[in-house]
Amino acid sequence: MADPFESGRLLATSGVTQLEGVGGGGLVPWALITGYGTQDAVGATVHGTTVWLPDFTLASTGAAVGLFDRAEISYAHEWFDSRQAGGRLGIGNGYTFNLDILGLKLRVLGDAVYDQDRWLPQIAVGTELKQSSDGAVLRAVGARSDKGADFYAAMTKIFLAESLLVDLTVRLTKANQFGLLGFGGDRSDSYHPEVEGSVAYLVSQSIAMGAELRTKPDNLRFAHEGAAFDVFGAYFLTKHASATLAYVGLGDIARQGAQNGVYLSIQVGF
Amino acid sequence: MRAIILAVALLLTAAPAQAALFDDLGGEAGIGHIVSLAAARFLGDPRIAATFGNTNMDRFQRMLTAQLCQVAGGPCLYKGHDMVAAHHGLDINQAQFNALVEDLQDAMTASGVAYHAQNRLLALLAPMQRDVVTR
Repeated sequence: MADPFESGRLLATSGVTQLEGVGGGGLVPWALITGYGTQDAVGATVHGTTVWLPDFTLASTGAAVGLFDRAEISYAHEWFDSRQAGGRLGIGNGYTFNLDILGLKLRVLGDAVYDQDRWLPQIAVGTELKQSSDGAVLRAVGARSDKGADFYAAMTKIFLAESLLVDLTVRLTKANQFGLLGFGGDRSDSYHPEVEGSVAYLVSQSIAMGAELRTKPDNLRFAHEGAAFDVFGAYFLTKHASATLAYVGLGDIARQGAQNGVYLSIQVGF
Repeated sequence: MRAIILAVALLLTAAPAQAALFDDLGGEAGIGHIVSLAAARFLGDPRIAATFGNTNMDRFQRMLTAQLCQVAGGPCLYKGHDMVAAHHGLDINQAQFNALVEDLQDAMTASGVAYHAQNRLLALLAPMQRDVVTR
């Protein structure tokens, strides 16, 4: 009988945990299943992430379970502290938005690591079910709902001979600022296809460096919303601990100007 | 005609890359050294040691050296079994396959093979997972 908690996959092939608690990069969900369990085992991770921005502070924590390198179930909670911007927006200094995210991901095709003789990437489909605790404020800014569901397909390929990981993810979403500012709006209340991508260079067995881009809908009249990006370095200390440091730009948020800052995420698991 | 030119161009660019990998592994002697270090790690690794219980390790090392030499573009000919036959009945799972990869990475690092050259070799070996992992 094999050890059901073997951590039998290769270092760094778990990826890290992205902002919404899903196995991926920093902003983008990948087709990889979180943790280090092979098809014979389960894996799990917990993460803590903080993003320091000029006018806001975003924090996220959560847990994710990977089942037999096939399925992933994740939960994350996000706190979005408006600091002094809350006063300027009339909701009070330090007003903090809260968002719960339940993630489900199913790997459907391909193997990012072993299919080195094929072009086929590893492909997964997933959903993120999001519930905000700020219904009254969200309606006041023009959002249509305090809950929403994102649907995505992620394609991840490791080009091992080039020491490169590439991901392309397409998401159908109504979320305003990841859902922190609700779902749908007075400008648009329909699902939008958004494109997300990551490129990571494997510098050494334990270090990856890369960049990501993620487009977002622009549903609210009161404030324009643009794309997010990051430039990151991830350090895999062991299969049980990793840290990701990034320079991240989330674009203009709630008319407070471009929000470029520092992203730090710690992940532990097996 | 254009297709032929393209094919020739591809061959010309691919061949030096392969030869360069053979050189980056230290040639046939370097590969032999890597294999001897790796073999010691396989036998000392509780995750996979038992799968070598009935293996003639001298022959195994000669065969693996020839195989890696050939895969890396060196002037060798691997005359052993194919990967399905070579692992028949061993009932190797994914974690054991990866344990062997980790031991091989350790051996290459100990032999002074650069990380990115290691990845170029592993990229050529990775598809063997489909023939080796049988449960």
